Amino acid sequence: MISIENYILLTILTPLIVSITTPFLAKRTLLRDLLGPTGGLISFWGSIQLAGSVLNGETPSIEIIQVAEGLSIGFKITPLGAIFGLVASCLWIFAAIYSVGYMRGNNEKNQTRFFTFYALAIHAALCIAYAGDLLTLFIFYEILTFSTYPLVTHNQNDQARNAGRLYMGILVGTSLILLLPAIIWVWIITGSLEMSHNGILAGKLDPKYAPYLLLMFAFGIGKAALMPFHKWLPAAMVAPTPVSALLHAVAVVKAGVFTMLVVLTNVFGIDYLTGSGASIWLIAVASFTLLTSSIIAITKDDLKARLAYSTISQLSYIVLGGALATSLAVQGAAMHIIMHAAGKITLFFVAGAIYVGAKLTKISDLDGQGYKMPWMFAAFFIGSLSIIGVPPLGGSWSKFLLMLGAVDSGFIIVIFVLCISTLLNVYYLLEIPARAFFKSSKKEINPRIPILAALPPIFTAVITVLLFFYPHHLKTLTEMMVIQ
Amino acid sequence: MIDYLLIHFPILIVVFPLMMALIVVLISNNFLSWLVCLITTFITFLISIFLFNQLQDVSIISYALGNWLPPIGIEYIIDHVSIIPIIIISGIGFLATIFAYKIMPTEIDSNSISKTYSLWLLAIAGLLGLVTTGDAFNLFVFLEISSLASVTLVAMGAKKDRQALIAAYNYLIIGAVGATFYVIGVGLLYAITGTLNMNDLTERLADIENNRALIAGFGFMILGIMIKAAIFPLHIWLPRAYAYAPSAVSILLAATATKASIYILARILFSIFSTSEELVNYTLTYIILPLSICAMFAGTIMAIYEKDIKRLLAHSSIAQVGYITLAFSVGTKSSIAAGFIHMANHAMIKGGLFMAITSMGYYIQKRITLDTLSGIGKQMPITFFCFIVCSLSLAGLPLTAGFISKLYLIKASISSEGLWLGFLILFSSALSLVYLWKMIEALWLNSKDNNQPKVKESPILYSSLLVITFLNIYFGLDASFIVDSSFNAADMLIGRR
Repeated sequence: MISIENYILLTILTPLIVSITTPFLAKRTLLRDLLGPTGGLISFWGSIQLAGSVLNGETPSIEIIQVAEGLSIGFKITPLGAIFGLVASCLWIFAAIYSVGYMRGNNEKNQTRFFTFYALAIHAALCIAYAGDLLTLFIFYEILTFSTYPLVTHNQNDQARNAGRLYMGILVGTSLILLLPAIIWVWIITGSLEMSHNGILAGKLDPKYAPYLLLMFAFGIGKAALMPFHKWLPAAMVAPTPVSALLHAVAVVKAGVFTMLVVLTNVFGIDYLTGSGASIWLIAVASFTLLTSSIIAITKDDLKARLAYSTISQLSYIVLGGALATSLAVQGAAMHIIMHAAGKITLFFVAGAIYVGAKLTKISDLDGQGYKMPWMFAAFFIGSLSIIGVPPLGGSWSKFLLMLGAVDSGFIIVIFVLCISTLLNVYYLLEIPARAFFKSSKKEINPRIPILAALPPIFTAVITVLLFFYPHHLKTLTEMMVIQ
Repeated sequence: MIDYLLIHFPILIVVFPLMMALIVVLISNNFLSWLVCLITTFITFLISIFLFNQLQDVSIISYALGNWLPPIGIEYIIDHVSIIPIIIISGIGFLATIFAYKIMPTEIDSNSISKTYSLWLLAIAGLLGLVTTGDAFNLFVFLEISSLASVTLVAMGAKKDRQALIAAYNYLIIGAVGATFYVIGVGLLYAITGTLNMNDLTERLADIENNRALIAGFGFMILGIMIKAAIFPLHIWLPRAYAYAPSAVSILLAATATKASIYILARILFSIFSTSEELVNYTLTYIILPLSICAMFAGTIMAIYEKDIKRLLAHSSIAQVGYITLAFSVGTKSSIAAGFIHMANHAMIKGGLFMAITSMGYYIQKRITLDTLSGIGKQMPITFFCFIVCSLSLAGLPLTAGFISKLYLIKASISSEGLWLGFLILFSSALSLVYLWKMIEALWLNSKDNNQPKVKESPILYSSLLVITFLNIYFGLDASFIVDSSFNAADMLIGRR
């Protein structure tokens, strides 16, 4: 019988081991490519066990190393962490399968390097999910940035170089100049870097400084892509699609909003936030980002760019939920991490599959191609509906909770923002399957999608449906997040 | 026998390399002279480790030279403060000596190699003497020994590039000015106190009101040491000296020379003049603090516009010295500790970076600039890996030693001076990412013409590189050794206040 502490190690170390062994299997491509999905299964199993123990009311924790007095690297499973861990490890399975199909189908160079850093990024994401204190969180936050750089610049051309500069410049710059001093500020006033269930700042920080600390955190977490620090996300789309799919719909951006929620709930604490009104400005910024990026998304003809802006908008839903700081809104935000991840990864998978099969990247070129690739567009349609929030798809739960939370908090205007944004979602997402099925085709194509790239989006589309019918355990986890 | 030696370790650590320097110059065989040099540095390193262990039981080891008790005779002091630079100098000295074996013959005439090793030992002995002595005038002697030895070592680079002569000349003149200033200061203090022993000076200065001679003496001493420590804007000698010295010498100088001077600066400020609080505080807040901030930015910006990697790293050293002096200038216990943490970590980082660059230059037989960096990752994976780790450590990426020093530095400055100073430090370290990124990009992306042959990496080069890279990671994971020693040092320095 494995003790629950060892499940933590199992879950986070599996991707690291995959990453380390991959370079040694450079010549045996079959074995190398099997490593990813296998590692995903093991990690997923581990994260299920961890989520189970959290559901039983335990808080598994483990300390890895004591860096110096009062500084340690350790892991602790919180309900929110369990959720993010489940999402990241589960989707890694599909993403690993998909990336094999994509990379082979596209005859990409340097595949071994790609898979090495891919697994390393997952490792960092899982460590963020299970981080026990702010130092651990920050460390793996940075590692995630650095380990994804080789993925973003995979093509090693000038475009990749510029995107890489923007990517590193914004992410490292914000985290170094804003996030790190914010963490050190917390360290100085509370004397520790521990996080607690109900926040640690109450009674320690004068409420009049709270908005400034939150400002440093909110913009310091560049991965949450709040405007004006959102540019890295569209720029990073030069990466191969599996990177965009996993990293820029799941691991990287979700690590950003996860960190944001951790800061809002476990560092500030919901009561402290509502009491001090520190997060009111964040509601405004998140609403602005949400609407503006939706509008920008409409203007984009490049499929991946449109999805990128859609991601920025959806991330702001989560930040908004946290900033509203009511129990229902925070639950909705946590739920949205799951629902958006499942929906968005489907969309990216489809976008990549279309590129591999037919070399199409522009939305205007997709006219009438729906019948050539019916499964792909069906998956895309389902994923879009989930993101829009239509029952019976998973996304409806999180939107529903967010709306309720907005009512609860008294910010009625937020409800309008959410409604308008939903309409915009409908427009910019459903346009794509609509054009594919109802317009007449301009280009003759003969799509050849590798089976390994075609199956994952179908599976993840099915998952979005399942999430609607079986959200119970996840719902319990989100409730545990806000329970006093 | 051993017991007899044990008592004399505090002096042996200086005298042993000094004496061996004289023996090495007599050996005509190049390999043999290297071997003797290696053994000497190794034993010196062992002695320093031994002294460190001894310090766990006692807080201070005082050694009276020639059994003339201080303050009459010259005193050698090993305490929690001086042990940090001692370990840095002896440790880096040893690693750099291993490294020198392959590099030296390619850059220096074969008939002057043994002379070079003799100077090499002399420089190490001078630096060690500098940090162990407890006598203000004896310190000047070692300052000159180490400076003259390093100037000559820098000039040895002339075979490869004549610019080394200019560099050495600059270094000589500016260094001599610094040393002279220092000795003028010592003279003034001697005139008013009648002693040269540092502890004695502290006691006697307490009785003296702020008179002009004291202030002038203080000013001369500080200024002289600031020149030696390359504190902005007195850093002019440094980039050339580092860039055109023989590669092995660059490693030694970059990792140790300025550290020793910074240590002296801390000694002067916090222990010799600990009783003239007003004067020291004034100097810290109105001179050292602004200059350090300027150094942080000026060094970084100069590094950003630099193409030659060695010069780039030298400019970055100026900025890093700025961080250390900044930490000292804040003047609280935790900030001084942060300064020592960064001193130790920076020695490892810069040592590692210079080693990596040097081995790259050795393998491809070219001067390393941003353009020649490309494709090196494929050619020499081990060196490439070490280079990346050390640069990330310089940038302060978590899990590396650089992160620990940055963390403590920022914490100390925020908790005493407020957020603005923390922001300035972070802003300049974010800027330092720009030049690091230029290097990493050149390594990573400019590999279009990667048809260069794969070179065979030599174990004698990468072994010490790997050791220092390992240390960079190890002290990022378990920093308690460095952190505790630094806090002890800070305790010792300002505990007396």
